[in-house]
Amino acid sequence: MTQQLPPAGPAAEPAVQDVAPAAVSVASQWRLMWWRFRKHKLALAGLVVTATLYLVAVFAGFLAPYDSSHLDPEYTYAPPQRLHVVDTSDGWDWGLYVNGYTAEQDPETLEIRFEVDEDTKVPVELFARGPSYTLFGLIETNIHVIGPADPDGPPMYLLGADRLGRDQLSRIIHGTRVSMSVGLVGVAVAFVLGVTLGGVSGYLGGKVDTVIQRMVEFFMSLPTLPLWLGLAAAVPTDWGPLARYFMITVVLSFVAWTSLAREVRGRFLSLREEDFVMAAKLDGVGRRAIIFSHMLPSFTSHLIATLTLSIPAMILAETALSFLGLGLQPPVVSWGVLLQEAQQIRVISTAPWLLLPGLAVVVAVLSLNFMGDGLRDAADPYRR
Amino acid sequence: MAAFIARRFLYMVPTVFLISLVAFVIIQLPPGDYLTTLMAQYASQGESLDQAQLDAMNERYGLDQPFFVQYWKWISGIMFHLDFGQSFEWSQSVSGLLADRLPLTMALAGLTLLLTWFVAVPLGVFSAVKQYSIGDYVATTIGFLGLATPNFLLALVMLWVAFSTFGLSVGEANPVTFAIAILVLGTAGTAGLIRILRANLLDELRKPYVVAARAQGLPEGRLLVKYPLRVAMNPFFSTIGWLLPSLVGGEVIVATVMNLNTVGPLLLGALRSQDMYLAGSIILILGVLTVLGTLISDIALAWLDPRVRLRYR
Repeated sequence: MTQQLPPAGPAAEPAVQDVAPAAVSVASQWRLMWWRFRKHKLALAGLVVTATLYLVAVFAGFLAPYDSSHLDPEYTYAPPQRLHVVDTSDGWDWGLYVNGYTAEQDPETLEIRFEVDEDTKVPVELFARGPSYTLFGLIETNIHVIGPADPDGPPMYLLGADRLGRDQLSRIIHGTRVSMSVGLVGVAVAFVLGVTLGGVSGYLGGKVDTVIQRMVEFFMSLPTLPLWLGLAAAVPTDWGPLARYFMITVVLSFVAWTSLAREVRGRFLSLREEDFVMAAKLDGVGRRAIIFSHMLPSFTSHLIATLTLSIPAMILAETALSFLGLGLQPPVVSWGVLLQEAQQIRVISTAPWLLLPGLAVVVAVLSLNFMGDGLRDAADPYRR
Repeated sequence: MAAFIARRFLYMVPTVFLISLVAFVIIQLPPGDYLTTLMAQYASQGESLDQAQLDAMNERYGLDQPFFVQYWKWISGIMFHLDFGQSFEWSQSVSGLLADRLPLTMALAGLTLLLTWFVAVPLGVFSAVKQYSIGDYVATTIGFLGLATPNFLLALVMLWVAFSTFGLSVGEANPVTFAIAILVLGTAGTAGLIRILRANLLDELRKPYVVAARAQGLPEGRLLVKYPLRVAMNPFFSTIGWLLPSLVGGEVIVATVMNLNTVGPLLLGALRSQDMYLAGSIILILGVLTVLGTLISDIALAWLDPRVRLRYR
């Protein structure tokens, strides 16, 4: 699951055709990278989607109609409702509403089935008052971007409800927080490990290098998932959600740092011979200053690309672990935790919308992959 | 060649040692030890172990002794007697449990590998030769989607389709679920391979020797198969190395979703109930299999490509 994607297709054509030559010659490296990156349409789309997902994570409380634990046992497995924008029941009029439900009990199985009832209307409004939450952990408010006009009236399930009548849309939105941040936190841990060990290995060389490289090879030769499972199972079950979250990310980054260490080592090996490093050395610059202020900045862009490409693997891994019940546990909501509800085929055939968190995973992973691919192509703006 | 193989075998030894150490650490990680768990289990059933049995256990696993003594007892049992210890959840020896399930697991992994190659080679070659054609875009899209979709999600969706449209019974394992499992596991590997083969072949096709061969009038088909494909195929042999761990990993989840009688669900159940000797042994075996897979692929690579052989001199 952690293998790197090979580069897709040939490198893009010279990046900066539509920019005046004079502008090119004075542009900074970051500007050149951006010019090159925006050539890659898929990568640009990936960037937009990724940014949107992180915005959703930040404003989850505002965007979701309900909070993640809001439940309503009367509406078990209620199907999704369509949001009507135009009211055509008598004449033509603007008006937000969803249709209500009719409940029907199966006389044999006593199972309650819901049908969307075209005749009843549940009015919906923008900036509706709902359950209160704190935005950024500071401002307490109860305004949601969309919600039923009457908070005490019948509920609204745009993407259906689960086993306990919890709103699937709200839960997916709240799940964005954990699922998208697991990758970031995990990558941050992997970054520290990878850059330190890779840097030491590449800069010092010799015996240290051999030892660290053997270590990297060892970690790469381990079957990732069983190892993750073993370590995740060893996290005590009575730990709080935050501690558990942190442990899971550490477990995930345990494997991810290796590719980063290799990348950093390779760069250091080639940079060590460069003239500017020699010049700094002759100027009497200390070893640490050479590494951190001269060598590291020259391949930051490559690092960012590699980091971006390792986030999706972490998101997938967290989803898998949580799905199996060894990762995060309810009441924490992540996409993997939500998918736990969809383990039985019989449940899925009654309520296919329970698979929707999986779609969110696919979208997130795809867009991060596209973005990472584009970044990697753009990382070296002087090539060709 | 013999020297190369010998050297690779030597490299393997420390890796396998470290893997066994990691597996043993995982066995030891959960709080409490084997005996306390076992006693709690007996107590919950209203029975108790007598002192003689306890002493025998202590002797067998060296539970009151330091870490390395316990490790040595465990690993020497495996190396000399193929004795992996007892699974207390199943009250059965770990080796017996594994012997029941390993064949199906290996069959699953082997068939998946074959499927992956059969699908990925033609698709990869096609999308490199006809670069930027519609077929190329389709293959690339499939590749991306396959990499981004979690295995178990694909398995769930396919099972759901089979269940709702063909009325498949999902309670127990049957050939159809087995086929779906192979298909699902194959998709992820295929996606990665298509991308690798396409990128490699594209690199090769731009090299001067291809132009030279074409200028000499070699027909396109023979030109492609004879040189560039041969070079671009190298990664396929390294895939045995990295496909095995990812297959095994994917297998854990997919087989759990599909109720297949393989090692994966056994490992998961063992981890859930902290049946650590079983879990540790499975992790050890999977790790060693992975290393063996890498070894085989390296040997195949060296045998096929003299450049690799020379690098190890």
